[in-house]
Amino acid sequence: MLTIKNLHATVGEEGLEILKGLNLEVKPGEVHAIMGPNGAGKSTLASVLAGKDGYEVTEGSVVFEGKDLLELETEDRAKEGVFLAFQYPVEIPGVSNINFLKTAINEIREHRKQEPLKAKEFMAKVRESSALVELDPKLASRSVNEGFSGGEKKRNEIFQMAMLQPKLSILDETDSGLDIDALRIVSDGVNKLKNENNAVIIITHYQRLLDHIIPDFVHVLADGKIVKSGPKELALELEEKGYDWLNAEKV
Amino acid sequence: MGYTEEELAKDLENQEYKFGFTSNFESDKAPNGLSEEIIRFISAKKEEPAWLLAKRLQAYEAWKEMTEPEWAHVHYDKPSFQDICYYSAPKQSKKYESWDDVDPEMKETMAKLGISLEEQQRLTGTAVDFVMDSVSVATSFKKKLNELGIIFCSFSEAVQDHPELVKKYMGTVVPSKDNFYAALNSAVFTDGSFCYIPKGVRCPMELSTYFRINEGGTGQFERTLVVAEKGSYVSYLEGCTAPMRDENQLHAAVVELIALDDAEIKYSTVQNWYPGDKNGKGGVYNFVTKRGLCERNAKISWTQVETGSAVTWKYPSCILKGDNSIGEFYSVAVTNNYQQADTGTKMIHLGKNTKSTIISKGISAGHSHNSYRGLVQIHGNAENARNFSQCDSLLMSDTSGAHTFPYIECKNNSAKIEHEATTSKIGEDQIFYCKQRGIDEEKAIGLIVNGYCKEVLNQLPMEFAVEAQKLLEISLENSVG
Repeated sequence: MLTIKNLHATVGEEGLEILKGLNLEVKPGEVHAIMGPNGAGKSTLASVLAGKDGYEVTEGSVVFEGKDLLELETEDRAKEGVFLAFQYPVEIPGVSNINFLKTAINEIREHRKQEPLKAKEFMAKVRESSALVELDPKLASRSVNEGFSGGEKKRNEIFQMAMLQPKLSILDETDSGLDIDALRIVSDGVNKLKNENNAVIIITHYQRLLDHIIPDFVHVLADGKIVKSGPKELALELEEKGYDWLNAEKV
Repeated sequence: MGYTEEELAKDLENQEYKFGFTSNFESDKAPNGLSEEIIRFISAKKEEPAWLLAKRLQAYEAWKEMTEPEWAHVHYDKPSFQDICYYSAPKQSKKYESWDDVDPEMKETMAKLGISLEEQQRLTGTAVDFVMDSVSVATSFKKKLNELGIIFCSFSEAVQDHPELVKKYMGTVVPSKDNFYAALNSAVFTDGSFCYIPKGVRCPMELSTYFRINEGGTGQFERTLVVAEKGSYVSYLEGCTAPMRDENQLHAAVVELIALDDAEIKYSTVQNWYPGDKNGKGGVYNFVTKRGLCERNAKISWTQVETGSAVTWKYPSCILKGDNSIGEFYSVAVTNNYQQADTGTKMIHLGKNTKSTIISKGISAGHSHNSYRGLVQIHGNAENARNFSQCDSLLMSDTSGAHTFPYIECKNNSAKIEHEATTSKIGEDQIFYCKQRGIDEEKAIGLIVNGYCKEVLNQLPMEFAVEAQKLLEISLENSVG
């Protein structure tokens, strides 16, 4: 589904290199966790995959479903099925969640040459998806993220993920700012959305989210590269030992 | 052509001031320039009663002594008032020989606005059948209004058919000496709209100038007078969301609203006049005086969406004279390229328990400048007056400017005045968020801007709101920088 080869990326006008030759292969049905210390390049990877301005890919390739992802505009990546659950979802005052999602869904459907969703079908989907993350249906008609608590914002991200049914979901620090209950709700939502045709990349600093969403692979990102990959047990090892031992191992 | 003022003077001499239908001006067009003779000519052309001519001349005398206001935050070359033609025969909107002759750009814009093909053809005057049709539609509406005693006609018709009403109310809210442009308008206005709602009548439909499209193009110096008798209600729509390629450089209109005891007037405007090209060449100067008077328990609500004109100078205001009266002002002003807008409102609290609300949303893109200027004035007798003002500015580019000039004058200790103001730049994060969900940049900006203006757009009648939303999107195309 996703093949990243020798990815180098810089940020800002100074061209500071953050990703320094990253490799990753994600197949349908898999869950990958990317862990690493602060400043390792985790969020940069998410931004580069989503196509955020301000990042420049200087070397390497990213192929998604047979297409050169880096050639596509941000919105076209989304239409192809790349979804980013934001670490800090922005507020859009005056734009209702419903209106926002309806616009998004119909853009994506148009791209797939499907008819716009009928109001009734859309509303049924809203009910189903909001129930999935126990999101108060009232929030669906409020402005996008405006006045939402931290937990509500994260649940809203997974609600949108349920609505848009992406092929590849990248969860960027989705666990940050969540209490135990919200963490469980969000994780259950992600687990229910998982199937053999889609894939999830979980970017996280801590392993606690991985108690709920069991990854098939854990990768350690340090200084712009994946320095170690392993099964889910690797996450526990990291939790116990921290990240420093990896540096020692490298030396 | 080639007709000079001297020749005019000579003609006037020979004709012994007999104008009207035996006029020398076969073209039905007065020579350029402004003088007492021209005003007499206009008045005679329109067969006006003597009192109205006297009013015009008084206004002209006052205007001659006045100077153009310079306090607004706008810069432009002052129009030369002697180079303007103050009267030409009631203009039709520009006629096209056939639909194929219509400017393709204009067609495209109208299509984007979602205006039906029939409507498009009607607006460009190419669908003869449809025009006939719309006249009959208008007539049937008029019949219904007549049954209720509602008068809705052109200002000229009102002068002829209801002189007592015009005489009683005209100039009572905006005196002819009010300001430079109001004085000019009072001297030379050519037409406009008149609306009268009898006591206790609730006007059953939105009164829109759409109904009078065949009488449109009333020109640069329009006058509107709306009188709502005790306990009546009317919602009045002015303007048109279609692109009006008006050749007139200067527009100086006057709008007067009078809401008698317990009456309510809702006045909505969408203004989309030619803003000039991308380099700031051309475009309309829009210098308008709009004011409403509220008697006891009356309410006046102004809603405006301003996207056009090169320079806008406009402050729809409310005089809250009666106790418990309410004034509201909801505004969206968009400026792009080199447009300049200085707009806002005045809320004059005279009566007790008077309330006013001001919601202003400015959006500046390109190299434009957008200013909010508002006055909240609480007079000594206005016990328990309340005002809430919210002025938000949204910047779409690094080269545009947003300015807020709020004035508050309070002479009563029981007043409560709140003012909130914000300035923000359209968030790249917001746009990225939308794009990541599959929404392209243009649609994203449309969503964000419409969300930002929601409180104001919600005040507009439904169909108008939909068109206004599209208009905002079109006005801001390719404007993020």
